[in-house]
Amino acid sequence: MNSSSFSSSFVNIGERTNVTGSAAFKKLILADDFAAAVEVARQQVENGAQVIDVNMDEGLLDAERAMTTFLKLIAAEPDIARVPVMIDSSRWDVIEAGLKCVPGKPIVNSISMKEGEEIFLSHARKCLAYGAAVVVMAFDEVGQADTKARKIEICERAYKLLLSIGFPPEDIIFDPNIFAIATGLEEHDNYAVDFIEAVKELRVRCPHAHFSGGLSNLSFGFRGNEVVRRAMHSVFLYHAIPAGLDMAIVNAGQLDVYDAIDPELREACEDVILNRKADGEELSPTERLIALAERYKGKDAAQEKAAEEWRGWEVRRRLEHALVKGIDAHIVADTEEMRLAMDRPIEVIEGPLMDGMNVVGDLFGSGKMFLPQVVKSARVMKKAVAHLLPFIEAQKEPGAKGKGKVVMATVKGDVHDIGKNIVGVVLQCNGFEIVDLGVMVPWPKILETARECDADMIGLSGLITPSLDEMVTVAEEMQRAGMTMPLLIGGATTSKVHTALRIDPAYKGPVLHVLDASRAVGVATALVSDTGREAFVTGYKEDYQHIRDVRANKGQSPLVPIADARANGFAIDEHIRPFPPERPGVHAFDNWDLAELAEWFDWTPFFRAWELAGVYPAILDDEIVGESARNLFADARAMLATIIAEGWLHARGVAGLWPCRRDGDDVIIHLEEERHVRIPFLRQQIAKREGRPNMCLADFISPDGDWIGGFSVAIHGIEPHLARFKAAHDDYSDILLKALADRFAEAFAERLHAHVRTDLWGYAPGEQLTPEAIIKEEYRGIRPAPGYPACPDHSLKPILFDLLDAGHNSGATLTDHFAMLPTAAVSGFYFGHPDASYFGVARVGEDQLGDYAQRRGVDLATATRWLRPNLD
Amino acid sequence: MTTKSSTAREALSAAAKERILLTDGGWGTQIQLRKLEEADYAGTLGLAHDQKGNNDILALTRPDVVAAIGDSYLAAGSDIVSTNTFSANRISQADYGAEALVADINRESARLGREAADKFEAIDGRRRYVAGAVGPTNKTLSLSPDVNNPGYREIDFDELKDVYLEQVIALAEGGADFILIETIFDTLNAKAGIAATLEAETRVGRELPLMISMTLTDLSGRNLSGHTVEAFWYAVRHARPLTVGLNCSFGAAQLRPHVRVLSDLADTLVMVYPNAGLPNELGEYDEQPETTAGLVREWAEHGQVNILGGCCGSTPAHIAAMARAIEGLVPRYIPDMPVRTRLAGLEPFTMAAAS
Repeated sequence: MNSSSFSSSFVNIGERTNVTGSAAFKKLILADDFAAAVEVARQQVENGAQVIDVNMDEGLLDAERAMTTFLKLIAAEPDIARVPVMIDSSRWDVIEAGLKCVPGKPIVNSISMKEGEEIFLSHARKCLAYGAAVVVMAFDEVGQADTKARKIEICERAYKLLLSIGFPPEDIIFDPNIFAIATGLEEHDNYAVDFIEAVKELRVRCPHAHFSGGLSNLSFGFRGNEVVRRAMHSVFLYHAIPAGLDMAIVNAGQLDVYDAIDPELREACEDVILNRKADGEELSPTERLIALAERYKGKDAAQEKAAEEWRGWEVRRRLEHALVKGIDAHIVADTEEMRLAMDRPIEVIEGPLMDGMNVVGDLFGSGKMFLPQVVKSARVMKKAVAHLLPFIEAQKEPGAKGKGKVVMATVKGDVHDIGKNIVGVVLQCNGFEIVDLGVMVPWPKILETARECDADMIGLSGLITPSLDEMVTVAEEMQRAGMTMPLLIGGATTSKVHTALRIDPAYKGPVLHVLDASRAVGVATALVSDTGREAFVTGYKEDYQHIRDVRANKGQSPLVPIADARANGFAIDEHIRPFPPERPGVHAFDNWDLAELAEWFDWTPFFRAWELAGVYPAILDDEIVGESARNLFADARAMLATIIAEGWLHARGVAGLWPCRRDGDDVIIHLEEERHVRIPFLRQQIAKREGRPNMCLADFISPDGDWIGGFSVAIHGIEPHLARFKAAHDDYSDILLKALADRFAEAFAERLHAHVRTDLWGYAPGEQLTPEAIIKEEYRGIRPAPGYPACPDHSLKPILFDLLDAGHNSGATLTDHFAMLPTAAVSGFYFGHPDASYFGVARVGEDQLGDYAQRRGVDLATATRWLRPNLD
Repeated sequence: MTTKSSTAREALSAAAKERILLTDGGWGTQIQLRKLEEADYAGTLGLAHDQKGNNDILALTRPDVVAAIGDSYLAAGSDIVSTNTFSANRISQADYGAEALVADINRESARLGREAADKFEAIDGRRRYVAGAVGPTNKTLSLSPDVNNPGYREIDFDELKDVYLEQVIALAEGGADFILIETIFDTLNAKAGIAATLEAETRVGRELPLMISMTLTDLSGRNLSGHTVEAFWYAVRHARPLTVGLNCSFGAAQLRPHVRVLSDLADTLVMVYPNAGLPNELGEYDEQPETTAGLVREWAEHGQVNILGGCCGSTPAHIAAMARAIEGLVPRYIPDMPVRTRLAGLEPFTMAAAS
């Protein structure tokens, strides 16, 4: 992360061109490899260093020669020389030699009163004559200042002396000495506090002066443990910057976002930096940090080294590297360099960029790369292409001819598009042109677009079950229109079986169910292949026919008549019915704290959305996807921190608790006198083994009077951020943000449910559950959602929303196919009985369908449409 | 040399509050017009090399020509007359085998300027000033002449500083009021000139106010060493120059955006003296006096300049036209710049206020 997460007025000084700070740089200089050393400087500036520190103080070096050689070389590099230099040496002769090579206005680091006032002032006068700002070390004839009082005394004295010779106060930068802490020596424990407090005081006593420090000293005790060092540096800056520290020598590419640091590590760093010991804590802050540090040892030194090297490669190789690694920092500059080297801008896309994406495609196809990385690669590709487009258009050339054109849409009534976007990105990475129609797209629009743009295939996506039906409709309409192009089916509720049984028979052209994004490329590629297509399509058709045959011949587990199923219903223990709620009625929550919700995240589904299989947190150490998962998790945590800090999202929710009673398979809610609302539920009809009931949600409610609840939560405010990401061609952040918004919605549902159990309803006031236990639903009561297995009919949502006045209280609304808007939203019912549990209704018979239509007060056709996924 | 009650710095600063001042115009063109022969240049100095084209040596061999040109500018309305010493340094004079005469040329040129200035002051009582002109030399401290060895330099800072020191001391001895470091294509060369001038002040025992003038080598507004106008200003601001500005390279039309940038930033007087347009295919300047005057008048009208003048291709007629064009216009007001740490690479870097 770059340090822009800190205050924008904070100046970050690159430390990698410092032989005392970087072993790699020292090695290059000792080997006289100045060309590679110059690249280190370039990388620092690219990483955001606003000033670069150059230090050649090494016993084995002719420091003066090394300093002047290096400064002259970087003067010839406009990318580097654009930023000011900090000439850093403990030797004045080296500093002065450096001053004679630097044409701008540099900073001298450092001068001090170590050898008395006279020498100090003579050096200061020379800096004034050469035109340089100075770092003044808190060092006098006695020694280096360690305590707060000494730091203040020395700096103030130096300040007065400098002003007396006409030195501009704004060109004075004090370095009041950052010393190593957590060394195990008690006298070092307060060093960070001394520094921070001295800066605060000096800020007042020395107007216009600045304050700097060498951060790496602070964590000297943790050499080799980059994770801990970075965390210490970030935490230190977090406290020192408000005190007045306004520059620091840091590795610009290596600062963590404060909020994104593992909270346990962050707190341990905080304790050593602020020298505070928790009451009753046995270990000292230092001991605790040392113990904790073991966990982070050796995590990323190697990566860092590799990161520095690639910038020196030849441009074509750099482009490939950027695409494979998903690094977008230099892509525009590299693309421009490539463009200048080629005759026509289009050749950059068709040549090096597509070559790089082919590598990405191959790695992905062979399981060596995972979805989050591919999406990052796509982001890099999009930025490169966006840079080239104006040049291509200026030459009036046709665009790159892709492998094929795919029209993609989330079908009418559905608003979910994470999966569709991922598939789109992956296909684009593999040379397909994507025409993305977005969400809630009615079939005429899909067909019309496919015809107009001469598409090679159509891809449909949907998350909620009514979308399955809509997909059948699209297939039927394609057949009616006489189309022949392939139809790809994807999305969480779609399945091979449903495609075989319902969609494939509706359309004579190829219909292909695509399980996930990683399969999409293979399918789409086969479909545009001249030679392999027919066999491929025939294979699918035969496969689907086989599924249909098996279904027809073997039949399914038999259904029992609904009357028998009811007779075999679940009987609750009437004695342990929940108490009436402490606070019945409807409760709205306008702005639930996002930071709190973040603590309630269940991360496993987040990784699943990115097609990374595994359970959090074990997934982070997974042998195969671990690295991918860790990188994705770090990006997610960073974005999460920003979402919370900058209030990108707004969590609104509502919960209601009402008196009710059971009436057969319905629950009658008594809103008030004379106003009763009937909620019909569906019952399992599959023939059960002896002793196993045919479940229905209504079974959890007593016919003699009981309580039921409902809720709706929604995460608002995502649109402007998505628009921004779209403008920046940043699908990765787009998908990341949507996935996080979904996590917020789920976490909010979880949190609100806990609030209901412990407070609003209050049947479990003393509930103490770990996050793991919450995720495993080890609490009492359930919250089934309409559209999910226990309550498969989405059409119950309007009833629930009316009860809750959700449009007003949570801001959630429904599409005509009962999908919720905003997309990141959850709703459901609360059942409080200890016996309540989740189950799947599965198939229902004609008899229950007719009965249900009557109970819902709709005609049979409407009920059939609503329940189609559960009908034979 | 006359003794004055106020220093040249104070007097010029005071005058610049009242009106827009004028410096002179080009010297090379004026000398060319006079179609001088080798004998004119060489005089009786007995140097081994041909001297034709060594304009600066005329101070010794044809002082009448130098005096006449100075007079013509003062007569046209210049408040400042510069010395004809653009190449009067050890490095440039080496091309003519005249290194030994550097101090003489500078001292004599400054003396001629002083005489002319004092003469005109005696006539109308208006103080005139002599700017001792210091050119960039043909060596550069920031760039390598060898493309295969970017770290190589033909000269180092101390050598160049000594070259300047010799010239600056002689100019001061001859009576120059100010040291004009002009046509700066390499910012580090200018810094060496500044260091030399500071050192010369101690040697000659009086203040030598600096006039610093950058030259752009491309229309984006950078000099040859790559500094933007703003970065350049921050790199030389420690010299507390009397004036900072731009000269040469382009005509007034091309300099316009950069004058504005500098005018907004410089908390000192701004002096701009452009070429008379861009040269034609024969290398001659065709821009008419009224045209140049009209262009620089725009800056004056917008309060962007304190001192105007001309560089290559400009003539006393151009200066006279400028004098008419700016008459009665209000000079630029020197802005109060907030106290900030202003650093520079090729680009400026200003730190946020420390408060």
